[in-house]
Amino acid sequence: MLEIKNLHATVGGKEILKGVNLTIKDGEIHALMGTNGAGKSTLSNVIVGNPAYEVTEGSIIFNGQDLLAMKTEERANAGIFMSFQQPVEIPGVSMTNFMRAAVNARRAAQGKEPLKSTDFLKVMREKRKLVEIDQKLMNRSVNEGFSGGEKKRNEIFQMAMLEPTFCILDETDSGLDVDALRIVAQGFNTLRTAETSAMVITHYQRLLDYIKPDIVHVLIDGKIVKTGGPDLAVKIENEGFDWIKAEL
Amino acid sequence: MKSEQQYIELYSEAGTLIKQKSCEVMNAVRDAAFEVFKSQGFPSKKVERYKYTDVDAAFAPNYGISLNPYEIKPSKYIFRFSEAPIDITPYYNNVADKSDSISALNTALAHDGILIYVPKNDKPADPIQIDYTLRGSQDTMMNRRVLIILEQGAEATIILNDKITPQYDAIQDSSAHRGGEGQSPEGISFLTTQVIEAVCKDNSRLDIYEVEETYTLCKRFSNVYIQEGRDCSVKHNSITLFNGQSRNLCDVYMQGENSEVTLNGCVIADKNQRVDNNTLIHHQVPNCQSNELYKYVVDGQAVGAFAGKILVDKDAQKISSQETNANLCASSDARMYTQPMLEIYADDVKCAHGSTVGVMDESALFYMRQRGICEDEARTLLKNAFMGQVIDQIQLQPLRDKLYVKVEKRFRGELDKCADCRLCK
Repeated sequence: MLEIKNLHATVGGKEILKGVNLTIKDGEIHALMGTNGAGKSTLSNVIVGNPAYEVTEGSIIFNGQDLLAMKTEERANAGIFMSFQQPVEIPGVSMTNFMRAAVNARRAAQGKEPLKSTDFLKVMREKRKLVEIDQKLMNRSVNEGFSGGEKKRNEIFQMAMLEPTFCILDETDSGLDVDALRIVAQGFNTLRTAETSAMVITHYQRLLDYIKPDIVHVLIDGKIVKTGGPDLAVKIENEGFDWIKAEL
Repeated sequence: MKSEQQYIELYSEAGTLIKQKSCEVMNAVRDAAFEVFKSQGFPSKKVERYKYTDVDAAFAPNYGISLNPYEIKPSKYIFRFSEAPIDITPYYNNVADKSDSISALNTALAHDGILIYVPKNDKPADPIQIDYTLRGSQDTMMNRRVLIILEQGAEATIILNDKITPQYDAIQDSSAHRGGEGQSPEGISFLTTQVIEAVCKDNSRLDIYEVEETYTLCKRFSNVYIQEGRDCSVKHNSITLFNGQSRNLCDVYMQGENSEVTLNGCVIADKNQRVDNNTLIHHQVPNCQSNELYKYVVDGQAVGAFAGKILVDKDAQKISSQETNANLCASSDARMYTQPMLEIYADDVKCAHGSTVGVMDESALFYMRQRGICEDEARTLLKNAFMGQVIDQIQLQPLRDKLYVKVEKRFRGELDKCADCRLCK
């Protein structure tokens, strides 16, 4: 599904990623852990094509396509979705209009007609239930006045609407209470199909209790320095990163 | 030769003809207004209220003056000056700033006028609508004059549409611009001066909606003067959807206590369009409220300007006033000048003013694009959202709904008069 080779990237002229290699196969869940500032968010932003980040070397192939040659929206419509660490507030754009534009853009990319208004609202209703998100939030501006938990639930709701094949959860657990964490994680698990792959960025094991990773990577100073099974996350939870740094 | 010379000559040549075509009330003040214009000429950019518009250049081309009478559909509330049901002499040219050169020129050249008169306690159920439609086979100057009188307790909603004739309006058929039958290949330019005077007597309510939807070769100089008595409520909404160059002045004189005024403005400009709004709210008496919100989206090489002054006289205590001007520069070539001003001589008032000039929110654009929305669409959504705040203020629902659609079409480029006409580029 996703193949990253020797990826170097800078933001504001500063090199953050210093040669990342990572392969994620269909249906696999990869957890990405690492110290603050190691480059985890940079990696996800580079994958989705945030224009603030510049790739200086390396390649990313997504289902056979050269991802780095594609625009942000083309990558999204190819099936890549990122749940934002800090979802953006967009005053004046209602959730409904925003979602309609996104869903129809996706459909256009797949050569489908735009959804009829009634059908669209029906899909919205169904998907909202998954993450227990209130209808009244749909009439508000995107993320405006949403609580931290509502914002994260809204991210998973959007994922449900757009049905991506590759998801990046960028610290989706941060700022969530235990109940909200469960709802968000279960929402994600319900949406998963056998083909869906994901990269889960987190500092804590507790999210991985719900979303079980196949492979765990540790990113330090712009490079993946250790890769292991689910046990690795448990060990990091207990012992921190110092022992890994000591190995380097 | 400075531009005013040709208008001075025009008046000496055509003054008699204008008077013949006009009515007594207009002719009575005509010569005096002309003398004001002749002595002052056009205001230079050194004149504070005209610093953002090159008036001399705008009036420099030789336009033919139109002396055709207005085509007015008879209505219970709309009259030609010559058929006014009351003596309008005490009002005509007595609300307008006589020392303003543009107003003076308009007073000298306007040959016909429209009176909107609402008698005491009368509340027309439907909005009163006037459509100005620009048309002509050659470059034309028009001098429009409107007088609005609301007697005590009267209420009115007035819509003034500034449009161009449908032949210019056709999106697909650009022959009119390209030198169709009887047209010069350069397209036809229009220069409009407009003076609107409104007298709102005690306990009256007036909502005015001015919507400009012309095209790139139109220049508009509009001066609106509103006088409010006691217990009045006035809303003036100025909406510039499509234009060439517009300079809109709106002055409100608060002369009676317990009155309120709201000024809203919505400006969308791109290409080489110019929009300059200049407002004054003059609080002359205590216990009044004023609110002002102007928003601009400037794109392409457009230049926008907003200057708004709240003037509070020494004895006008207990005033509450809020002035906001928010602007979005959607391209790096677009320019916005903003100048909110408070001039307060009273010591017990609550006045606030603020202005912002910003660019597109990159993080919001990225967020939308990550959801698959293409960049153009994301920009349109953001611009629409920005302008929505002003359109939300419009009380008249059918107009509000229509404007939501028009604003969105405007941002999508669908209101451009000709899809691939160089004049609309």
